[in-house]
Amino acid sequence: MSPNETFLVQVNGRPAEARRGETLLDVCRHAGVDVPTLCHMPGLAPSGACRICVVDVRGRGLVPSCSCPVEPGMSVETNSQSATRARKTIVELLLANHPDDCLYCVRHGECELQDLAQRYGVRERRYVTAKNDDHVDVSSPSLVRDPAKCILCGKCVRVCEEVMGVAAIDFIRRGSHTLVAPAFNRGLNVSTCINCGQCVMVCPTGALREKSHLKEVQSALDDPAITVVVQHAPAVSVSLAEEFGLEPGADVEALMVTALRRLGFARVFDTSFAADLTIMEEASELVSRLKGGGRLPMFTSCSPGWVKFVEQSYPDLMPNLSTCKSPQQMMGAVVKRVWAAREGLDPRQVFSVAIMPCTAKKFEARRPEMGDAHDVPDVDAVLTTRELARLIRLHGLDLARMTPGAPDQPFGERSTAGKMFGGTGGVMEAALRTAHWLVTGREMYHLTIGAVRGLDGIKEARIKLDDVELGVAVVSGLGRARRLLEEIRAGRDDLHFIEVMTCPGGCVGGGGQPLRAEAGAVRGRLESLYRIDRSEPVRLSHRNRQVQELYDEVLGEPLGARSHELLHTGYHGRDGAA
Amino acid sequence: MSPLVVDILERFPGARRDSLIPILQAVQEQEGFLSQESVLAIGRHLDLPASKVYGVATFYNQFRFTPIGRFHVQVCRGTACHVKGSANVLDAVERDLGVKAGGTTRDGLFSLEVVACIGACGLAPVIAVGGDFHAGVAPRDVPGIFASYRERAKEGGSDAA
Ligand code: SF4
Ligand code: SF4
Ligand code: SF4
Ligand code: FES
Ligand code: FES
Repeated sequence: MSPNETFLVQVNGRPAEARRGETLLDVCRHAGVDVPTLCHMPGLAPSGACRICVVDVRGRGLVPSCSCPVEPGMSVETNSQSATRARKTIVELLLANHPDDCLYCVRHGECELQDLAQRYGVRERRYVTAKNDDHVDVSSPSLVRDPAKCILCGKCVRVCEEVMGVAAIDFIRRGSHTLVAPAFNRGLNVSTCINCGQCVMVCPTGALREKSHLKEVQSALDDPAITVVVQHAPAVSVSLAEEFGLEPGADVEALMVTALRRLGFARVFDTSFAADLTIMEEASELVSRLKGGGRLPMFTSCSPGWVKFVEQSYPDLMPNLSTCKSPQQMMGAVVKRVWAAREGLDPRQVFSVAIMPCTAKKFEARRPEMGDAHDVPDVDAVLTTRELARLIRLHGLDLARMTPGAPDQPFGERSTAGKMFGGTGGVMEAALRTAHWLVTGREMYHLTIGAVRGLDGIKEARIKLDDVELGVAVVSGLGRARRLLEEIRAGRDDLHFIEVMTCPGGCVGGGGQPLRAEAGAVRGRLESLYRIDRSEPVRLSHRNRQVQELYDEVLGEPLGARSHELLHTGYHGRDGAA
Repeated sequence: MSPLVVDILERFPGARRDSLIPILQAVQEQEGFLSQESVLAIGRHLDLPASKVYGVATFYNQFRFTPIGRFHVQVCRGTACHVKGSANVLDAVERDLGVKAGGTTRDGLFSLEVVACIGACGLAPVIAVGGDFHAGVAPRDVPGIFASYRERAKEGGSDAA
């Protein structure tokens, strides 16, 4: 039988199409039959840790469907009594040492364990053991780790190692003492964790979550002496809809702007404006490195997980990182140090909030470099897309019924290039458009650079700017960056500019995004960004009028002294975190 | 980092992850425990993340992560001792010393290890302190036993194992 040949099997008494090499789980799902999983991770080898996916195969009994290859002639019952009973028992065993504080749990209503307990009708504690009392780890600026709620499915360990290439956490000890923890069972803050939050995205329970800044934001909103300013990242407006049951990729920017005003934010600015500003600086930096013999390839620096990764694992390549701050931090600096003065406000009376698809942005905002000379931080609090949704629900607002609103000026205008920062390849595309103009004095003929688009984890292209040919690479999903970095260490020299986004798919796939998103959601969000780029007139960062005004009135020129003070930063090695 | 650990790593040139256990054993043999420094160094040597090295090391009871105390305490949890109530003895020891198995008291006097059968089943339940065997130990004997070693330490005796 050829590898691609299809054959029929029986699933719950109906014929279902199967392909050699597929698992029973694949076959069931294609046939529209839901089989629950806890440890299964699409795209990664099955680990077979949880067994919740058992199905009844005639003549063989119960087998874990996520790891069992389909064979011709199989007949599968997914809901036989023995299968459902086995699943119920598994859930009961998982709950035996569980703290059961659902009512107080951040995942209440969004928890896979809770859903399974409901679905299989768990009504009593049949197995009684001591409840987990492992300590909560609140040391991280981005995450909270609550091992008492961990069911040891191993998904966080795998995503951290196999997708992100970080391996900050692993199973420690054994038997009933097993725990998922960083090395030496110390806090995440002193581990190699890069704060990406991808472990939160795969965790079925409340064992991993973001460190919430909601309280700080609410106190600031309640304080009449404080002016609270908010910025929202490009990926947020194309993701928030899902939290409210709308379609993935629907762009709810105008509704969200109104909701943010209703929540009490005094100004609603757009991080994409700062992305345009970043492009002015970063494209100029690239051109200056190309002309002035600076360190190449230049690496993008807008993804804080990636930046920390370079600092701890490739400190010799830190000079390759662009010195540009990320758009979040550029916006923060402009708000606190330019806008506040214009408004006659003391920066200490301005509370600057960023809505981000990302948990690592919480870490970035706390970096000591990211403030003024008096230690006033440029960004005071970072809310993830999920936290924003919580805040909107807390206020009883119905997102879908908001009247569309427009962002505040002067930092509300953006090009579509700035908006595309929200997806993998977006920074590259935006930077190349502007670099072309800087080098040749003309606009690119084809603004869409297909070679850097799409969800592939690594994309390379050669781009001509008149007689200069640039080698560029785009990486998303940090695990893919390592090989490229090793090649560069080994002397590979045909690349000039590399974009790395920590999360798979870029910010649209960030660790602060809606949990339990449907398959294809990340693609939908990315396509939404491309749609915006197709349908609006201003597609170039250097055509953003308000960015030009900011240069005329305050900054002077890209890479100038004032820019350096406000918009650029430095890096430092992190020893010990091997 | 300890030159001894460097020596050990040099004995395993080009080692891969299957050498992890022998290396951990050699380092523990040499240093008495696995320090954070050693774990990081071993990770670098084998190109393994520290979390993995630590995860593997904690899987096995034989490794410890705190230095050995002046008196190393071994509580037997073998079958014979178990039958004679070693679980309660262990509880009493942990309570008296204020550390769990694998730990070392803050004053550095005692380190605690749980072992399977130390070959003195006839004397069950057995604990060994600084190499001395104590036979037929009941939980209520435990405070007295450790008090005597604390006395010895105070007298400045150099007779500790
Ligand atoms: S993790 Fe899930 S089951 Fe556990 S307390 Fe939270 S909501 Fe309940
Ligand atoms: S936040 Fe990212 S780096 Fe940190 S433990 Fe989770 S997956 Fe690993
Ligand atoms: S923390 Fe979450 S993802 Fe990680 S093993 Fe525990 S339950 Fe699974
Ligand atoms: S999902 Fe199949 S074993 Fe966990
Ligand atoms: S079981 Fe304790 S000495 Fe043999």
